[in-house]
Formats: sequence, structure tokens, C-alpha cells
Amino acid sequence: MEFISQHPVLVAAVVKVLILLFIVMTALAYLSYAERKLIAHIQSRWGPYNVGAHGLLQPLADGIKFLFKEDVTPPASDRFIYTMAPFLALALGMSTIALIPFGPPSVRFPNGEEAFSVADLNLGLLFVFAITSLGVYGVALAGWSSNSKYSLLGSLRSSAQMVSYEVSLTISVVGVVLLAGTLNFNDLIQSQHGYWLHFIPRWNCFPQIVGFLCYFVAAIAETNRVPFDLPEGETEIVAGFHTEYSSFKFAMFFMAEYANMITVSCLATILFLGGWLSPLPDRWTWQIYLPGAGLLILAAYCAWDTVAEMRGIARLQFAVVTLIAGGAGLLCLIPAVAETIKGPFWFTTKILAILFFYIWMRATLPRFRYDQLMSFGWKLLLPVSLANLVITAAFIVFWPLLRHP
Amino acid sequence: MSAVPISYYLVLSAILFGLGVVAVVFKRNIITIFMSIELMLNAVNLAFVAFARAHNQLDGLVFVFFVIVVAAAEAAVGLAIVIMLAQNRESLNVERVNLLKL
Amino acid sequence: MSIPVILFFLCALVAVAGAVLLILAREPIHSALALVLVMSTLAILYLLLGAPFIAAVQVIVYAGAVMVLFVFVIMLLNAGSEERTNISRLAKPIGLPLGFVLLLAFAYFLWRSPVGGAIANGTGSSNDAADTVKLSEMLFRQYLFPFEATSILILIAILGALVLARKES
Repeated sequence: MEFISQHPVLVAAVVKVLILLFIVMTALAYLSYAERKLIAHIQSRWGPYNVGAHGLLQPLADGIKFLFKEDVTPPASDRFIYTMAPFLALALGMSTIALIPFGPPSVRFPNGEEAFSVADLNLGLLFVFAITSLGVYGVALAGWSSNSKYSLLGSLRSSAQMVSYEVSLTISVVGVVLLAGTLNFNDLIQSQHGYWLHFIPRWNCFPQIVGFLCYFVAAIAETNRVPFDLPEGETEIVAGFHTEYSSFKFAMFFMAEYANMITVSCLATILFLGGWLSPLPDRWTWQIYLPGAGLLILAAYCAWDTVAEMRGIARLQFAVVTLIAGGAGLLCLIPAVAETIKGPFWFTTKILAILFFYIWMRATLPRFRYDQLMSFGWKLLLPVSLANLVITAAFIVFWPLLRHP
Repeated sequence: MSAVPISYYLVLSAILFGLGVVAVVFKRNIITIFMSIELMLNAVNLAFVAFARAHNQLDGLVFVFFVIVVAAAEAAVGLAIVIMLAQNRESLNVERVNLLKL
Repeated sequence: MSIPVILFFLCALVAVAGAVLLILAREPIHSALALVLVMSTLAILYLLLGAPFIAAVQVIVYAGAVMVLFVFVIMLLNAGSEERTNISRLAKPIGLPLGFVLLLAFAYFLWRSPVGGAIANGTGSSNDAADTVKLSEMLFRQYLFPFEATSILILIAILGALVLARKES
């Protein structure tokens, strides 16, 4: 016990990291479930439905499958790098979550530590870019160490794509940094406080619309998602850099891709969509009951499903989900709890909206050819980001009204 | 709370520089020699940042910035030359590059 | 033994181990990864020295772009193991100890330098932003000419690399 009282910062940090890791791993698993469900519904079919209530235990089944599958290693591969590459990809993908603030810094633990961000750095944005720029190694080394033509080609293409779009990603963000005058995430969010004309929130996606679109497109290319997923498209190059990986290592690449998606969505939310700020005016104090109300509506839907379901086991599962959702909903209706989770609730909602866009695009769009992809990145996206930067800088110099007070 | 004296950083920088020199002299692969040169540049960067801290000035950091940028430019051109050499000589061994004309 | 001292020795150990791995590795790709390890540990040491901006620039530019270029070239050229060539047998037993003597000489003279007594502790994050602002002001005011000259240098490097690596058509 004395250890806890002597090193409060360390213990608080460890607790936050453990909770965040648990939440992030669950989110990664259920993001794969959400993707399958959404793509299925867009394609007029059901998606996972049988494994748990509404297929909610599907990620668990997938995890067990990955753990028990045979782990095949190509014989002539570089053993150390082959094993290390997926670990590297996953570790880097999950490290950036530590820098993201999920709620306002005013909510603190009893010993004064911020409750919603593990590390609130003054140069947080720069460190997030540092970690994402190291993510290229996971892809490049995976392809090289597999000792296979398809893997090498896929990994070279994928890493060249990531490096190219990283430039546009970074430049499209600098406009926001110029407007806010800081690299700290919490200050960036605070600078988007307030409203124009009393109802349009002062988020950066409105004055920096070009920057937002450039960032979003570059982020999709950076995470190797459709329409930029030629390096891992199944009809083009088998599976690209993770062709030769099986079972748990493949699962790690899978999770690393989702972790990257979550990271760039978090960044987009903080920089352009106002982070943990609420879009509704502050004087509408009833808005803190929205999460509770949403959970209770979910509980009512699951209760209806419990009654309408015929099979015994499924009925039991639906009943359990109803109880959990109902309990959480009632918990969130307590004013103290509702005040606390207002920030994370809006943050999560915005991230889910961006992820919904990601999945929607995957179900709808065809993919780019590789030369189209590279010429798009260098010949269109980079000049547009640079022009956005120059125009923003010119506005700030010549129009003092726009300067951050 | 005792902190680390600057001389420790300088000694580490010297050790890394020395190891870089040994690597440049003893390795035969062109790319590895190139990487050892980058190691030497990194050691020098560490010395610059340590001195900037010791004198509490930011000029050392500006110099580190320029060293990193120039090293990047040099790596780009150097690796282009290495690619040409590898295509012409079919080998990455630096001792095979012993004719005046490629 | 406080946390900065432990962290310094840990990072110093890993950096020296990375440099030794660079020398001893048989495949160039392992040397490249060892160098990335050295650069990352140096970034942590820059953080300990109170220069977070330079640490981030080191990781973004050096470890995240220059070394990726090295790894690309190694993968493209399919660089294999080090070859055995016929240098004289005497080179290693004489050369390596002399190399280490050189290393120790460097270390000794830097240890004896006048700033040796100064203490470095990792500064708190209170004035990071102000330091970055001051650094950028210096970059664009006092050192404007080197800045612009470096940008022209990078342009020349890009052109040079393009011309050199182009296939003869």
C-alpha cells in the first residue's frame, strides 16, 4: 500500500493503461464484427447471427479459431524478422492510443491525475505522427521475411503507398495547427469551443474543409483500406504482405489494421470534429442524459427480441444482453455519472461515425490500380494539401480576426 | 534526485562514433558502410543536443535539425549511386569497385 | 538510483548493443534494424535531455523515412550476406584493438571537456511549446539562409537521385 501512496503517478498511469488496453482490445474485436455486419446489411444479407445474440460472440469464436489454427512458417524465411513483424505492427498501432484524450482534462482522479488521457503531452500531435511513421516497418519487414514473390511485391507497394500518403497526411494537418497555435490535443479541442451564429459548432472541419477531405483521403490510403487496398486485395495479389502468415500472427496484422483505423479516426475527431466537445449547445443541459437514453432504447430492442425469439439458448442470450444494456442505461442516467461520461460519449460517437464511413466505403467502392494510386497521391493530394497550407497561412497573416486569441 | 551529468552523454556519443568508425573500416557491403556513416552522424547529433542542454541554448538543436536534413539528402543520393553500382557490378562488395571506369 | 539515471543507462546499453549488432550482423537487413533500434534509443535520450521536438523529428525523419529508404534499397537489391574476401589476416587482430583505442581516446577527451560537470535532468513538460516556438523563431530568423540553402540542397538531391536511378532508355 505504501508503494501506491509513494508513487501515485506511476500507479495511476498503470491503471489507466490497463483499462485502456482492455477497452481497445475489445473495441478491435468488435470493430471486425461491426464491419462484417454493416457490409452484410449493405449487401442485403444478415452477417454473423448465430454465434451469440445477433452474432455478438462472433469475435470470441474468431479469436478461438485463430489461437487453435496451425502455425505454418515458410521454411526459408528469416525466422526472427518473420516472428517480429506482426508484433511490431500491433505494438505501434496500439501505442498511439495512449496519447489521445478521450474526455476533458478537468475530470480527474482523487490524486489529481487526468482521468481521460494516459499522456497529455505538449507535443502530442508530433509524437502520434512519429509512431505512425514507424508503422511502415511492420509492413515492409513482413513482406521481406516471408521469402515469397507475392509478399515482397505487396509489401513494397504497400510501404511505398504508406510513405507517399504520410506526407499529405502531415501537411493537411498543419493548417489546423496554425489556426489553433498549439500541438497539444486538449488545447486543440478547446480552441474549437463555441458556436458561429449560435448553432454551428466552431469545429475545424468547417473553415478547414479542404484540409479535412485531404486528411481523410490520406488516412484511408495510410491504413491500406478500400479504395486504396491494392497491396492486400485478394483478387489482385493473393493477400499481399500477409500471404504467408497464419493463425495468431495473421490475427495480429488484422488487429493492427483496425488499430490504425481507430488511431486515424481519433486524430480526425480531435483535429477536425471537435474531439470531446458536444455539438449541441451547452445550455441544453438535458443532453447529458443522451447516452443513458440510447442504452435504454437498445435494451428495449433486445427485450423485444427476447420475446420474439423461439430458440431457448438464443432467448437466454438476448435476455442477458437486455439486462446488461438496461443496467448500463440506468447507470448512465445518474447525473454524476452522466456528467462524467459526456466527453467520452461524444468522442466515441464521432469516432464511430468516421468508422461507419470507412466501412461504408469498403462495401461500396472499387479499388484503385497501383499507378493510379501513386499518381493520385503525389500529383493531386500533395499539391492540394500544400495549397491549403499556404492559403491558411496567408489568411492568418493578413486577417487578424482569424488569429487565435 | 540525482540526475545524469552531461559527460555521460558525451562518452556515449564517443562510443557510438568509435563503433561507427570501426564499422566503416571493417565492413565490405556498401550499404552497411553507408549505415555506419549514419551511425556516426547520429552520435554527433547526440553530442550536439548534450552541449545544447549544457549551455542552455537552442543553437545546438538547430544544428541537429540541419544535420538530420542533410543526412537525409545524402542518403537519397548515395543510395541512388549504390543502386547503379549494384546494377553495373552485380555485387555489393566494396572491394569489387576497384576500376576507374564502371 | 532515480528513474532518469536508470532510463539513461538502459538506453545507453541498448544503443551500444545496437551499434555492436550493426557490426556483427551478417545480413544487411539485420544491420538496418539494429540502426533503427539505435536511432529510437537516441530519441529517448533526446527526451531525457529536454529536447522533445528534436526527438520527434529524429523518429519521423531519420528512423521513419531515411531508414525506410535503406530497407527499401536492401529489399530491392536483394542484398545477401557479407562475402568473404581475401584481405590480409593481420588486419583484424591489429585493426580492431586500434579501433577501440581510438574509441577510448574520443571518450576520454569528451569526458574531460569543460562542460563535464553540468547536470542534465529531463525538464518537465511545462515549457515544451515555448521551446518549440523559440526554436522555430531561430530557424526562421537567425538561421534563415542555411534553412533556404538546405531546401535547395534537398531539391538537388531529389533531382540527382531521379537522374541516377533512371533506366537508360
